[in-house]
Amino acid sequence: MMISVASGKGGTGKTLVTTNMAASIGGVELLDCDVEEPNSYLFFPEMDERESSDCMVPIPVIDEDRCTRCGRCSDFCAYHALAVFPQKVLLFPELCHGCGGCALLCPEGAISEGSRSIGRIHRGRSGEVRLLWGELFVGEPMATPLIRAVKAEARGDLVLVDSPPGTACPVIEAVRGSDFCLLVTEPTPFGLYDLSIAVQVVRGMDIPCGVVVNRSGIGDRGVYDYCKKESIPILLEIPMKREIAELYSRGVLFTTAMAEWRDKFVLLLERIAEEVESR
Amino acid sequence: MKQLVVISGKGGTGKTTMTASLAALARGEMVVADCDVDAPDLHLLLKPEVRETFDFLGLQAASIDPDKCTRCGKCEEACRFCAISDFAVDPAACEGCRVCTVVCPSEAVTMVDRISGHAFVSDTRFGTMVHAELFPGEEASGKLVTMVRELASRIAAEENKDLVIIDGSPGIGCPVIASITGTDLALVMTEPSISGAHDLERILAVAEHFGVEALVAVNKHDLNPEMTEEIGGLCGDLGVELAGRLPFDPEVVGAMIRGETLVEVEGPVGEAIRDLWGKIRARL
Repeated sequence: MMISVASGKGGTGKTLVTTNMAASIGGVELLDCDVEEPNSYLFFPEMDERESSDCMVPIPVIDEDRCTRCGRCSDFCAYHALAVFPQKVLLFPELCHGCGGCALLCPEGAISEGSRSIGRIHRGRSGEVRLLWGELFVGEPMATPLIRAVKAEARGDLVLVDSPPGTACPVIEAVRGSDFCLLVTEPTPFGLYDLSIAVQVVRGMDIPCGVVVNRSGIGDRGVYDYCKKESIPILLEIPMKREIAELYSRGVLFTTAMAEWRDKFVLLLERIAEEVESR
Repeated sequence: MKQLVVISGKGGTGKTTMTASLAALARGEMVVADCDVDAPDLHLLLKPEVRETFDFLGLQAASIDPDKCTRCGKCEEACRFCAISDFAVDPAACEGCRVCTVVCPSEAVTMVDRISGHAFVSDTRFGTMVHAELFPGEEASGKLVTMVRELASRIAAEENKDLVIIDGSPGIGCPVIASITGTDLALVMTEPSISGAHDLERILAVAEHFGVEALVAVNKHDLNPEMTEEIGGLCGDLGVELAGRLPFDPEVVGAMIRGETLVEVEGPVGEAIRDLWGKIRARL
């Protein structure tokens, strides 16, 4: 079973939920797909079997001797990654999506494919939790190929995916293929508005979802009323407690200091399994 | 005209609340732009009244005509984005590259425009606001950010305003790069946590990479004073000023629920923002 954890609004507690849930249930693979700002690994400071590799994406390599500067490649490129000048062809690698169209079209066979790295894929193990996370290089705009690469390494029977914030393409890539999506929100107008967009996204992908209300006690009833109206189950509430916030700020899993919460996360997993089965 | 962008690596550190408060302090002198296009919240505080709406054309998507399709499968084989299966295109996965139109031997594939969202120009109590909605799950959020910024700059010029304040999105990827490039100053929000510090370091590297001067503000600094000091040390090492320290105040959520900015209500956070605003003005 693959469970993705997403939110719409940033900073609502996706990583808090994913890391504490993983540590509480054990026997799980945690994929941190928030590759722009991966933080899950910070909560597992003692990690074994740590290794990493590059995430490669294809880019065109131009044979300047064969190239006649006809310009068909730059005319075709939908991403403006190629510019043809009288003397030279310029490539803007960050803009290239790696579709392979230029190589396909070049009448001179002057374009072959090379590759370049856009980030790193890291792996490690902490007790019963296997961690995989992507780290996008600074200045790289495209997170989706790295997210795809991290997800391609998932092996376990139980996989938790920590998604990036927002509701655009990186979120779609992170959530795609999951059996259930857990949406973490806070009970405020900002939390509610972004939750409502996130719900449209996962429903559009035909993935069942449930809500975790983090920092419950602050704010208003808007999120609760919305979930009731939309028949979305609220599977867990984590109260606004200074102790939880302080532990988080120091990079400590609150379930290790507040052991009674481990059972709640185990129960959360059981409730998700029930929701998936009842589909 | 100067452009100020409010960004953060980590989400939920107070970008939108800060942007709204700065818009209130610069009322009548600025145009404000919400560039967090896939989780826009600024409208909840500024309550814009829309005066103009524009369609946003995102990436084109491929479409297969079933009558012309001979089911040869060449398009599916050539598509690098796994957007074609069973001789049909999944528009959510299609990145609009057009390779399928090239490999199709029977001209069954065409590219179709798609409206991926809207941009709005609106009136607020502080001045003109430009904002947008990206339809859920659409791509090209960076392109929509660019559209919002171009509209904001054009309107600021028309209205003789010398400042554009931009609310950015979290992260370091495409919409963030589109929000930050070519601005005069980035106000980087963070919080005193191990995640906040980690993400701050990465977003400051992005600002440096694109040659944008940065100022840092720590939200809820008193929740972990040691970590705030650590962030101060990090800023010092990187030659960036830690210009603002906002205290934790449960009243902030109350103001959000009432749709007020923090400088429209009495409180310690509003005071800290006024102080920070003085430093931002001096830099601009």
